[in-house]
Amino acid sequence: MMRRVAIVEVALSPAGESADNYLDQVYRVCREVLDKAGITREDVGTVVSASSDVFHGGVSCANAYYWDSGAAFLKNGTRQDGESLLAFSYAVMRILTGHYDTALVLGLCKGSENPDNDMITHFFTDPFYQRPLGLNETVAAGLQMRAYLEHSGTTEEQCARVVVKNLGNALRNPNAHRKGRLDVDTVLRSPKVMDPLKELECAPKSEGFVALLLASEDKAKKLTKRPVWFRGFGSSMDFFYLGDRDMGSGVLAQAAKRAYDMAGIRDPVKEIHVAEVTEPYAFQELLWYEGLGFCGPGEGGKFLDTGATAPEGSLPVNPSGGVLAANPYVSRGLCRLAEVTLQIRGQAGERQVDREVETGLAHGTHGFAGQFHAVAVVGA
Amino acid sequence: MPDKHFHTKKHDVWLPYRFSAGPVFERFFEGLKAGKILGNRCPRCERVLVPARTFCPRCYVDMGQWVEVSQEGRLVTWTMSTEPFFGMRTDLPYVAGLIHLDGTNCNFMHLLGGFETMDIEAVRERLKGSVRVRAVWREEREGDMLDIKYFEPAD
Repeated sequence: MMRRVAIVEVALSPAGESADNYLDQVYRVCREVLDKAGITREDVGTVVSASSDVFHGGVSCANAYYWDSGAAFLKNGTRQDGESLLAFSYAVMRILTGHYDTALVLGLCKGSENPDNDMITHFFTDPFYQRPLGLNETVAAGLQMRAYLEHSGTTEEQCARVVVKNLGNALRNPNAHRKGRLDVDTVLRSPKVMDPLKELECAPKSEGFVALLLASEDKAKKLTKRPVWFRGFGSSMDFFYLGDRDMGSGVLAQAAKRAYDMAGIRDPVKEIHVAEVTEPYAFQELLWYEGLGFCGPGEGGKFLDTGATAPEGSLPVNPSGGVLAANPYVSRGLCRLAEVTLQIRGQAGERQVDREVETGLAHGTHGFAGQFHAVAVVGA
Repeated sequence: MPDKHFHTKKHDVWLPYRFSAGPVFERFFEGLKAGKILGNRCPRCERVLVPARTFCPRCYVDMGQWVEVSQEGRLVTWTMSTEPFFGMRTDLPYVAGLIHLDGTNCNFMHLLGGFETMDIEAVRERLKGSVRVRAVWREEREGDMLDIKYFEPAD
């Protein structure tokens, strides 16, 4: 029997612009989880963080900069710069080694103080074949959306309905950056960004400081009455060049299968009770439903239309409003996991879903058009 | 960036880089200079990939034979942007697409042009359905992706 690891506390910052500085915001979320768990900085075993350097932060070797704030004095601290959910998986593995009883997992992003995401994501391209052509994350999403619509028969109205659902959900989330009671026409009439994408279908640029305290089974039972147990993790990487990929499907199904196999999940539609997915572009939520096995290939739009993924549905997706409501670029995957943790603990406030939640799923993606996917399954 | 109501510290960064192309990319760019689009064939899966690579990302072996590929193909997907980007040498708005060049086994990313691109509805109409496109070259070529001006509709 594998050792068990639990999330014992989480802290999440609001996603809107804050006048506080980055280092203070890191300190605030770390201080909050330690206070909630009733432990001191000295009790923290190891620190695993997710953040990004120059382009998304304006500071090189940014981890050196924030270790004091991140409770890391005299500890080993590490940083990963990619999909932030990987920081969670690394922290779980560190506890599984038996060397640590607790791990502090951090996702850090202050989107309000650096350039537009597309200006930054343009530098994700290779400088030879792609950069002179202006490729960035939103251009890639525009190419992917048109390929997906044609491949699956999904309509632009169905994509717009994702925005209506998620920004409507965000009305109940005090941390959300963007929220509103919209209708499909308003979304469809918003300015075209990278056709067929519309402005309201693209996520904003937000702040997101998130801290999760993990603990081994024995320690978790001492620290909380409501541990949320790690059950499975899976990830998968697609080719770098868009032209080498199958844009209409991608590699999320492989990541999901690995997570489901580890968690012993056979029928995700019945066994997953809430999901928070990373959908910086509205249509991607539909494509991710397919990859996560919530519906068949090409059926994401129809699955949304059934109402299953609404907060009162059988499998609510993004009750927080998702990334369309708050998009801290480099911490958004961990923010999804913190939201799922709150749902399982019944601590999600007004955004708590109607149904009982025992098992939840958090999804993160990194790179253009879903180059990398990570799926985490956690449960009561 | 807009002014803020709280104290901030403004900071602009300018950093120079010079990227090594390596022999494979260099040969591809020499091809563009000569008006040719070069790909290469994986000796294991036999797919022709373009632009040329050093290794097949799927089979993870060195690519084999060089192939001059067709300058015509089928438009697979496209998008249109009105946003300027750093180092931009093209005009706004620009239309980018993935093109399946005849005889290759992947899609080639490039720009589309040679038709009305100022109005999105006109672009949607022109690129509706199955569209074949062909490369249009610049007269002055320097060994760069933009030696191909764009791909224009061929039908």
